[in-house]
Amino acid sequence: MSVVNLTNIVKRFGAFTAVHPMSLEIPEGSFITLLGPSGCGKTTTLRMIAGLLDPTEGDITIGGERVNELPIHKRNLGIVFQNYALFPHKTVAQNVAFGLKYRGVSKEESAKRVKAALELVQLPNVGDRYPAQLSGGQQQRIALARAIIIEPSVLLLDEPLSALDANLREDMRIELKRIQQQTGITTVFVTHDQSEALAMSDLVIVMSEGRVEQVGPPEEVYNNPASEFIARFLGTSNILDARCTEVSGDSITLDVSGMGAITLPKNRSRDVKEEEQVKLVIRAEKLNLLPQSAAADGRFAIEGLVETVDYQGQAARYFLRMGTTQLQAINMIETTPFSVGETVSIRVRPEDCVVLPGGTT
Amino acid sequence: MTIETREARQPWILLSPSLTVITLLLVIPLLFIVVYSFWLRTATGADQVGFFLDNWTEALTDAFYRDILFYTLKIAAITTVVCALLGYPAAYFIARSKGNKALLLLLLMLPFWISYIIRTMSWINILGVSGAINSLLISLGIISEPIQMLYNQVTIVLGLVHFLLPFMILNIYVSLEGIDVTLEDAACSLGATRWQSFLEVTLPLSIAGLAAGGLLCFVLAAGTYITPIILGGPSDAMFANLVFEAIITQLDWPLGSALSLMLLVVLGALVLVYNHFLGMGQLMKGLGK
Repeated sequence: MSVVNLTNIVKRFGAFTAVHPMSLEIPEGSFITLLGPSGCGKTTTLRMIAGLLDPTEGDITIGGERVNELPIHKRNLGIVFQNYALFPHKTVAQNVAFGLKYRGVSKEESAKRVKAALELVQLPNVGDRYPAQLSGGQQQRIALARAIIIEPSVLLLDEPLSALDANLREDMRIELKRIQQQTGITTVFVTHDQSEALAMSDLVIVMSEGRVEQVGPPEEVYNNPASEFIARFLGTSNILDARCTEVSGDSITLDVSGMGAITLPKNRSRDVKEEEQVKLVIRAEKLNLLPQSAAADGRFAIEGLVETVDYQGQAARYFLRMGTTQLQAINMIETTPFSVGETVSIRVRPEDCVVLPGGTT
Repeated sequence: MTIETREARQPWILLSPSLTVITLLLVIPLLFIVVYSFWLRTATGADQVGFFLDNWTEALTDAFYRDILFYTLKIAAITTVVCALLGYPAAYFIARSKGNKALLLLLLMLPFWISYIIRTMSWINILGVSGAINSLLISLGIISEPIQMLYNQVTIVLGLVHFLLPFMILNIYVSLEGIDVTLEDAACSLGATRWQSFLEVTLPLSIAGLAAGGLLCFVLAAGTYITPIILGGPSDAMFANLVFEAIITQLDWPLGSALSLMLLVVLGALVLVYNHFLGMGQLMKGLGK
């Protein structure tokens, strides 16, 4: 059962198409993320679900009911806006109680629920304050409390963490996920931040230029990118031109420019034919660096020169040179990082690579 | 000179030109007026220097002055309410318009390019006995005799609204511009209709601008003497006309001074009341994040 259903929705602004035909099922109680760079249509999609924008075509149903013509105040949605949109002239308690006022909830009941909501977001003692007297993170929690107190059918989060600084953002991420799991509210989260999407979601919808590129659980989207765009957008990837030289049984062999032949399981690609131009995608953290003299261990191995080291504390990002090809590798540092100018042995397990259709870069 | 004293002085150095102007052109003349109000005009027409309370006694006890003061405040209040009712939707429209706001604001300022007196007199050409409306109605055969529309309370209010509406709109516009539009979306998402979210969120947040525009309109309307002269009837004198009459016509500076101070005190009290309710408090705290 899915609580929100988008069927072939399209949004055009004049001649510009912000969202191309898009269908999506959002299962009850799930946490789904619309992920993509700015301008990819994710916020437009969210605003259409919210009722802040009308879809040009297509249907939106919430809980089985078509809501295209239903105005926003009747949709029973909890929305957390990017800038929180707390009412500056109302106290925190009045802000949180706002939605209850329009639902005919009695004063006593309302006070009780405000108290519970403030406890849920771990700010039980700020009811009398004004939003301007709270920090950004606190305002964020109040905005969340205000949205969930009405027990919405769907909780819509529009980049709610982007205004917070890095440490707070990670704390709020965990907090948000905890509250979502505790309340079980179906949640649609919009972000351009891949780590937020991967950490929080049950389902990630990657969007680009108004189109859905891939839908899947975080690990699948990360490990099995469906397109070069996703491979580039999520994490750090090496994307190499390659030519398929042999397809046999359940393995394929590629001739990768600058790296030579590599054989990988056939399930790492989609329908590749012999002589076809393809792209080989290798995640930077899947490239494992070993000293030049390290013994062979059954993995694909090639030598490269360390060009640049980007030291990050527990890990380091290396830029490696192999002839005309440059690779990036992110490795944990066990003792000391490799140094610039060192020749290292680069290892990768073939099953960690992904083959995508070729075409121009 | 230490850095702290230099920093403490800097604002005063920057303020000194305007303070000089205010002192020379406002404070000192005002003090003259205060002194004048205690002099006495003798039967010969000469002013007798001294400390007499006669002017004040007359100004404060004579029902004639009191009635005109109340009439003035009534006209100012009506004008302010009309300006607020007409100005708010216009300001809201400009603030929320997606088009060319600069052009709309320019159109709003356009009337200021024409003298206030000319603008006031233009109503004579519209409402007068041989004005546009009467001519039109007669030529259409709807009426045979021109209707007397000019020279009453309504035309005074009309003239004042014409003059003061842009001030009201600008003040409300500025406060509306400072309100985040997503606040209304947020209110709607929580179950409020568009109208309810306006009443709950936008209106309270723009009260400061509405009040500032209202104060400005009220003070300017209460102090006007040109509009009643041009558009008012014989019984429509406002308080500033009394001051004008006393000083210019009767050359009675002491009485005129006392009367003008009276109006100043009444309007000053209003500003203090405004300041008490809106110059501070939660509203400002909320807005001034």
